[in-house]
Amino acid sequence: MKTRRNLLTLRLREALHGYGFIALWIVGFSLFTLFPLIETFRYSLHQVTVTAEGIRLDFVHWANYTRALFTDPNFIELAIGYAIETIVSVPIVLIFSMIIALFLNQNFKLKGLFRTIFFLPVVITSGPVIRELTAQGATSAPGIANLPAVAEFLSQLPRALRNPIEYLLTSFILILWFSGVQILIYLSSLQKVDKSIYEAAAIDGASAWEAYWKITLPSLSTANIVNAVYTIITLSHFSENKVIQYIYNQTYAVQGGIGYASAMAFLYFAVMILLLGIVYLFLALQAKKERY
Amino acid sequence: MQSLPRLNLDWWKSLLFGSRTRSGLVFTVLLYTLLIAIGFVYLYPLLFMFVTSLKSPSDLLNPMVQWVPTELYTGNYEKAYRVLDYPHTLMASILVSVIPSLLQTFVASLVGYGLARYRFWGKNLILLLILATFIIPPQNTIIPQMLAYKEQGLLGSPWALILPALLGQGYRSAIFILIFYQSFLSLPKVLEEAARLDGASDLRIYLTIAVPSALPAFIVSFIFSVVWYWNETFLTSIFLEGGVTTLPMQLSRFVQAYENLYPPGTVNIFDRLNEAVKMSGTFLNIAPLLVMYFLLQRWFVESVERTGITGE
Repeated sequence: MKTRRNLLTLRLREALHGYGFIALWIVGFSLFTLFPLIETFRYSLHQVTVTAEGIRLDFVHWANYTRALFTDPNFIELAIGYAIETIVSVPIVLIFSMIIALFLNQNFKLKGLFRTIFFLPVVITSGPVIRELTAQGATSAPGIANLPAVAEFLSQLPRALRNPIEYLLTSFILILWFSGVQILIYLSSLQKVDKSIYEAAAIDGASAWEAYWKITLPSLSTANIVNAVYTIITLSHFSENKVIQYIYNQTYAVQGGIGYASAMAFLYFAVMILLLGIVYLFLALQAKKERY
Repeated sequence: MQSLPRLNLDWWKSLLFGSRTRSGLVFTVLLYTLLIAIGFVYLYPLLFMFVTSLKSPSDLLNPMVQWVPTELYTGNYEKAYRVLDYPHTLMASILVSVIPSLLQTFVASLVGYGLARYRFWGKNLILLLILATFIIPPQNTIIPQMLAYKEQGLLGSPWALILPALLGQGYRSAIFILIFYQSFLSLPKVLEEAARLDGASDLRIYLTIAVPSALPAFIVSFIFSVVWYWNETFLTSIFLEGGVTTLPMQLSRFVQAYENLYPPGTVNIFDRLNEAVKMSGTFLNIAPLLVMYFLLQRWFVESVERTGITGE
């Protein structure tokens, strides 16, 4: 009886010390995330007017949401554009960073130099820098996007197909620049793969090609999911994102206001969660298929 | 005599296509070609920026001048330096990226340590919420924060960035917490248990044993934190507007600032704002980061591979 009681107090003490370590975070989460999130949701159901004494809230039910979805001609178009661009970017980032990681996992001369180059964008990518570079046309795939033949080809395509391809051509380097951290994640997963598996496969007569599809790729399935999620989130939070800029501008606009911007923020969040869900399900199913 | 050409063929074959022990020439050439091609595409915007920033106004107008300017022209940098108000904005940028980063790294390590070493109820919920703070877009929480800061008179002061960092809600804090969680999980517990038996307090164990052994995670987190704070403009433009002006903030209103210094009506045509000056400004903006990257790049890449940033 006594030892059990002791064990219980020990457990309790451990838990209390644990809470002690994360206490700061819990306070911060309530103050800087949970409370503002609830507050923003409350704003989204109101017409918010900022006055000299403070803010005035007039309850409008779901009017802000219906306005964004059915009346505002810009929001839906921007949101669809964002969804398409993200869906186009994710596979490119994943494939590209996987290829680079596979390269960097080899041993060759000047490896350090190339590693430095491929990781450079992580350090310098910021909203204003990207805006200046895009304005000068420095982020399009060199020489391809400006060819008359390409423009001619694009004009023949239906709009639904043309927009993603045009986006791909004009922001090709930009998409690649979002691959830095993903390369690292792939690299660290590659280094966790046991080398002896490759030796065993080679002894059994497997070619490098077969080893890639049967050993390397399946061992990267977790990294695929982590990277896809990371890519979607960084693209969605990037300050040059058109939806974010629209929401930001509407916050201060006369006809918009805080209530309307909050409603759009939540709709945008929903689209992002939807994208995360789709990509996650797709990759998780893929990983399951590879395992069997 | 007859065996010689065949031997030669084998030698050629292994040279070109590789053998069991070394990769062949074809593979090597292919590898380098691809790497150089991709590397060029990667660096293209930077090269473009750098070359353009050195062009004099007459070079800009000359269609013959593409990649090699006719002279080393530094006038653009002089103008951009003044427009950016470089010494001030540079100091501001350093201030509002280094201080929150230090606090954020320390708090993230505390939280990561607590999660990795203690058993308590609700741990999975906390981990889930930490992930949520990474996913929730900033614009879903920023307006009430801004209004609260305004009420407290903190809008425009560095405290607006320091407070969240101090409470583990800084920019991308979730990633750093997960990095520390991972690296503390992978460290052996033995030393800490021995110290506990000797009667050391929890905080002391953390400070004297856990922190030194997780030093790579600290360095990586701090560096990434500085870089991300430096490059962040959405939060800074809302929280610091009217107070501190960072380099990226000044860059985003470059045109306006330029026309204040060099009013378009009064200066001669060569002093009008052109893309060369803009590119100089952009380059001055990333130059401190480039210097830091080349000094510390060993830490960026190598130790990230070892800290388990994957967060699986």
